[in-house]
Amino acid sequence: MDKNITRHESLITFFIKSTGYSAIVFVGMIFIFLLLEGLPAIQKVNLATLFSSRWYPIEDYFGLLPLIGGSLIITLGAILIAVPFGIGSAVYLSEIAPRWVRDLMKPFIEILGGLPSVVLGFLGMLILSPFLRKLLELPTGLTALTGSILLGGIAIPTVVSVAEDALDAVPKSFRDASLAIGATEWQTIWRVTLPAARSGVLTAIMLGVGRAIGETMTVMMVTGNAPILPKGINDLFSPVRTMTATIAAEMGEVASGSVHYHVLFLIGIVLFLISLIVNITASAVVFRQKKRQERILS
Amino acid sequence: MFPPSFQNIIVGMKTSSIILLAIFLLLLITPGCSLLSESSENPSDQFTTIENKGSDTIVNLALAWAEEYQVINPNVRLSVTGGGSGTGIAALINGTVDIANASRRMKIEEKENAVANGSDPVEFVIARDAIAIIVHLENPVNNLTLQQLSDIYSGKINNWQELGGENRPIVRLSRETNSGTHVYFLEEVVRLGEKDNKTLFSPDTLLLPSSEGIGAEIRENPNAIGYDGLGYVTDEMKVIGVSAVDSKEYILPSAATVNSGKYPIARDLYMYTNGTPTGAIADYLDWILSEQAQEIVTELGFVPILD
Repeated sequence: MDKNITRHESLITFFIKSTGYSAIVFVGMIFIFLLLEGLPAIQKVNLATLFSSRWYPIEDYFGLLPLIGGSLIITLGAILIAVPFGIGSAVYLSEIAPRWVRDLMKPFIEILGGLPSVVLGFLGMLILSPFLRKLLELPTGLTALTGSILLGGIAIPTVVSVAEDALDAVPKSFRDASLAIGATEWQTIWRVTLPAARSGVLTAIMLGVGRAIGETMTVMMVTGNAPILPKGINDLFSPVRTMTATIAAEMGEVASGSVHYHVLFLIGIVLFLISLIVNITASAVVFRQKKRQERILS
Repeated sequence: MFPPSFQNIIVGMKTSSIILLAIFLLLLITPGCSLLSESSENPSDQFTTIENKGSDTIVNLALAWAEEYQVINPNVRLSVTGGGSGTGIAALINGTVDIANASRRMKIEEKENAVANGSDPVEFVIARDAIAIIVHLENPVNNLTLQQLSDIYSGKINNWQELGGENRPIVRLSRETNSGTHVYFLEEVVRLGEKDNKTLFSPDTLLLPSSEGIGAEIRENPNAIGYDGLGYVTDEMKVIGVSAVDSKEYILPSAATVNSGKYPIARDLYMYTNGTPTGAIADYLDWILSEQAQEIVTELGFVPILD
């Protein structure tokens, strides 16, 4: 009888363990697949071509810089929008808003997070881009800025949800102590609650960035997809082509095994590495923070 | 690592994703039901299914043909999808479709690739198409030469003033590189049909993933110039008259000017099959070249092929 239970237990433990490890296995397998399909590109196309600024694959121009630059400038713009709005909403929801407002707003923010990106892209194409063109007197409204605004909108729900929970987890005694020694409500939020929840808030931002850089459909519909290398912040007002949009638009046409095919996988590797760096930075920050807290508590 | 109330997010996510899932299921079930009940009445082995994929230029025409043909021949099921000429040809080479639609001829590399994969593509000309040059309705420019179009798209002309228009920057719109229309436009307009001409599209040309994307921007933006198949031109855009390289006459695209050879940017539209078609596929292609099917070509704004 006892033996049976132990066997049962170990079986269940084994099952749960393997589901846990499977994530690592999948990521590993995906990375190996990307490497196998993408690395031949480096042999077939010389590095000078890959680091040039012209992308026109049907005539064998494989410059990746405009695509990397395009993804970065759009993500940067999205961060500039999502961070103040996201953190602001989270602070309002967790620190200022009365209970009923919070209960009303949270589901709406979650619905915003669940909106299909094609729908957002459609709104961007038909409403936001004409509006921005007229407002800023641009040649065209299909620009990096349009993409950034929509991506910011996509990233905000992620940032709000995670940051709000981090703020929520700050013990009430922190705030009470701060208010008791005469700090105003704003001073308490800015000097006590936000710093105490810093690791969670940074995780929120990083998750938002990850959400923004991987987004494809919206970006493809509103950024104009012109492979121009962005040279400064001014290029936020001109069209760009991102890595994700390039893969999505061109993967269907390529003959498998061709140079173009391998280069598209190479772009996939670059994207993978960028989100890996974002994630590692995020967890490094969280890890350091924990150690400091432990030091204070001990 | 996560605060205790992280559970709340998961619960919250669950409710919203359950609602989404419910909507998706509803969408799936509604058309699915009718399909299921149909196939239970007629055993499916009586049907021949023809898979048809490729050019976005042809997709509306192919859909209209498929609808009509399924009325005449209820035993044939046609499944039509777009994606671009390159996509259709790649699918034919990979053996996933029966007929590939293409708005351009197969490239030499594609033919080599097909032979290497053990398939033998056969070409059919199924209709003609004029590529219309379109601008915003309020744009005062009426006519352009092929040379001017080439200079616009290669980035040599950047303001409408140089073409007799208002002082506005030119915004160039093009289809994505997997579109047959893009490749045709590159060869016949940007490079003026010259084989050793290596001119490229200006890098700031907007590459839009669909005809609808081009249409939306043309309707809305007075700076824009674009090109698309004649079948996609609506009343909300202005069509530009084009003159050939060695001619002073500006011609608007139409069935008459295409068939007389006067309009310079017109091309044949193709279907490719794997090997000489037999059975249902051969019957279908024969029907496409019939008078009845070619009438649909005219209705959709394309140009029927003359015998």
